Amino acid sequence: MSDTTQDGQVLTTQDGKPLKAALAKALRREKLRALMLIAPLLIFVLITFVAPIVDMLFRSVENGIVSETLPETVVALREWDPASGEAPDEAVFVALYNDMVIAVAEKTHTRLGSRLNYEQSGISSLFRKTGRRIKRMDEGGPFKDQFLSADKKWGDVATWQVLQQFSPSYTDGYFLNAFDAKRGAEGIELKPADERIYMFLFGRTLFLSIVITVSCLLLGYPIAFLLAALPLRTSNLLMILVLLPFWTSLLVRTSAWKVLLQQQGVINDFLVWANIISDSGRLVMINNQTGTIIAMTHILLPFMILPLYSVMKTISPTYVRAAKSLGANDWTAFWRVYFPQSVPGIGAGAVLVFILSIGYYITPELVGGTSGIFISNRIAYHISSSLNWGLAASLGTLLLVAVLVLFVVYDKIVGIDNVKLG
Amino acid sequence: MANTRGAAVKYDSVQKSYDGESLVVKNLNLDIPPGEFLTMLGPSGSGKTTCLMMLAGFEPATHGEIYLNDRPINNVPPHKRGIGMVFQNYALFPHMTVAENLAFPLQVRNVGKAEQQEKVQRALDMVELGSFGNRRPAQLSGGQQQRVAVARALVFDPELVLMDEPLGALDKQLREQMQYEIKHIHENLGVTVVYVTHDQTEALTMSDRVAVFNDGVIQQLSTPDDLYEDPQNSFVAQFIGENNKLNGKVVEIQGEECLVELGDGTKLKADRVNVASVGDMTTLSLRPERVEFDTHDSMDNLVDARIEELIYLGDHIRVRMNVAGNDEFIVKVRNRGERRTLNVGDTVPVGWALNDCKALDAVV
Repeated sequence: MSDTTQDGQVLTTQDGKPLKAALAKALRREKLRALMLIAPLLIFVLITFVAPIVDMLFRSVENGIVSETLPETVVALREWDPASGEAPDEAVFVALYNDMVIAVAEKTHTRLGSRLNYEQSGISSLFRKTGRRIKRMDEGGPFKDQFLSADKKWGDVATWQVLQQFSPSYTDGYFLNAFDAKRGAEGIELKPADERIYMFLFGRTLFLSIVITVSCLLLGYPIAFLLAALPLRTSNLLMILVLLPFWTSLLVRTSAWKVLLQQQGVINDFLVWANIISDSGRLVMINNQTGTIIAMTHILLPFMILPLYSVMKTISPTYVRAAKSLGANDWTAFWRVYFPQSVPGIGAGAVLVFILSIGYYITPELVGGTSGIFISNRIAYHISSSLNWGLAASLGTLLLVAVLVLFVVYDKIVGIDNVKLG
Repeated sequence: MANTRGAAVKYDSVQKSYDGESLVVKNLNLDIPPGEFLTMLGPSGSGKTTCLMMLAGFEPATHGEIYLNDRPINNVPPHKRGIGMVFQNYALFPHMTVAENLAFPLQVRNVGKAEQQEKVQRALDMVELGSFGNRRPAQLSGGQQQRVAVARALVFDPELVLMDEPLGALDKQLREQMQYEIKHIHENLGVTVVYVTHDQTEALTMSDRVAVFNDGVIQQLSTPDDLYEDPQNSFVAQFIGENNKLNGKVVEIQGEECLVELGDGTKLKADRVNVASVGDMTTLSLRPERVEFDTHDSMDNLVDARIEELIYLGDHIRVRMNVAGNDEFIVKVRNRGERRTLNVGDTVPVGWALNDCKALDAVV
């Protein structure tokens, strides 16, 4: 559109202002009003949700601690070549002494020790030990010998290699760790087989999430179908039964499964009583994958049923009637006519359940034992127990990326337009 | 119906109740000969759709038997009845193209691919949508969807086609056009059609016979012109076409004629249709276009009427009059360009023939 008339004149309002400017001004008020309305929530979400997440994800690459604690050493180490096979020379040790004196006074050397201990075990005790000895060292030098006598590890190339490797402010170490890899002498390599854990856990999380999604679909589809077919009064009553678990605490429900599924629990007792299994052959249904699958399927089932129901509710029963009048039997009418129209509901339910379950924490923690835990349990462990937040952040980032990738794949295959929540 | 290949339908004392307390269809007996276009006409809740659904197999009959070509079909599931059906909102499968929709009944009958394509194309050509096979139903207009629905109901060559208010969702002009198209398709194919509607114009335009339903009972079953000219009771007279009602009492009966005295003492001669004996209350039914302003003394009925309102409608003028205390008396005057001088408030004589005035059962 042009803002001029045919003879080149700018369109103006009655008092001579350009029409476009007047329009923009009029609309700006509207936009401002809209923004003001959402502003409280927007600010709340930004401060309490987005900012902490971004900060947390940033920790997966952030690594300022080495250069902050040992600034002179980091500079001096740049000249050193680990390929020489020898520990650095005196100049580096002088820098190290100066840094350590300050670090010990500020008590930051232990923090650096535990940080570097993630990369190579033993460094934490090295720093602690050196910290105790630093005051007794001769200020005049030479420092190399004094450090070596404090701990022989200062003579190891590996120790210095770690220090040099992690002196930049940003690191890919956490992510390598999350991929069960490390930076060895010849670049990036996989960890020894018995130390690989995260990729295995990611795989298990994906696998169990798919199993849970599929079992939710198998259990939820007939129920949603029934709900959509029943008259409104009956279906509302049944809907309350579906929603009832929603109103019960997650912990209570999970604990109930513990009571039901454990080896001395209700189900095993009944099966033994009914002579279906022997007393010695009680089924192990909890603290393993079975427990996780059963409990999480139960907990996530409403998230499958609700979108399915809302989509099925919109499918007119006339379609099935039409199919039957055209000669299709019950199954063909369902499979060729009803089912394809319920696919958007399946898509919505599956995406919802899958994304919820892939990041689930509390239920696997309570009923998963060791074989039924998810990657999120490992992330929680690094957040609260091992305090390796960087690794936790990189695992979290990987989880987020995995979900986004699956989402894109899903969009390519099913099409996100085909997802309908109601 | 020379080239008929339709099926015969017979309802034999069919009753239907949904709740076990009231009957929706009360003792229905109906014979539909092969190739007939029969319309079930009635207000909503009159039981006409229920009758259709029982024939299609979607509702079981509570009592009685339905026969298709002399074969009882009460226990035959819908998909084995081989009845084509057009639904109110077309029920075209939204996830299939038009061609796939049409091929569906052929696929479930295991018709070969080549024959499928040929039949689908022929059906599409029949409804003049030959090039629309690859579209989705949502990309078609209402009228086009309606035609696809008709084509789909006919593509597997059924002997009987049911239509449940198929034109209800279309606008007036399109509805009239579709009425003729469906009528012509029926004439060309010779299938039996059972058509349900509440629109009397539709029923009169298309049908061989019309069954007027009310309250679960067929009030009258006859050809469209009989229905209009000779209504058997007041409901049919009211439901089909426009109708003037005059309530009165039978004072004299002579064969097929009777004399009726209105509330104000006016006596009118009427055709005795639904009157038993002298002294009965009756409602006279009179079509608005049968009332004449050009009266002459030999007319059977002559009354003075006051003009209450004039409505100019182009081809005719509607005159609302007060006749014998009834001020809802409508007269239609054909517009012959003679500039008749009718003025509101004038009292003029109007007259009509005895045969146009039917003495029916009394409505209060």
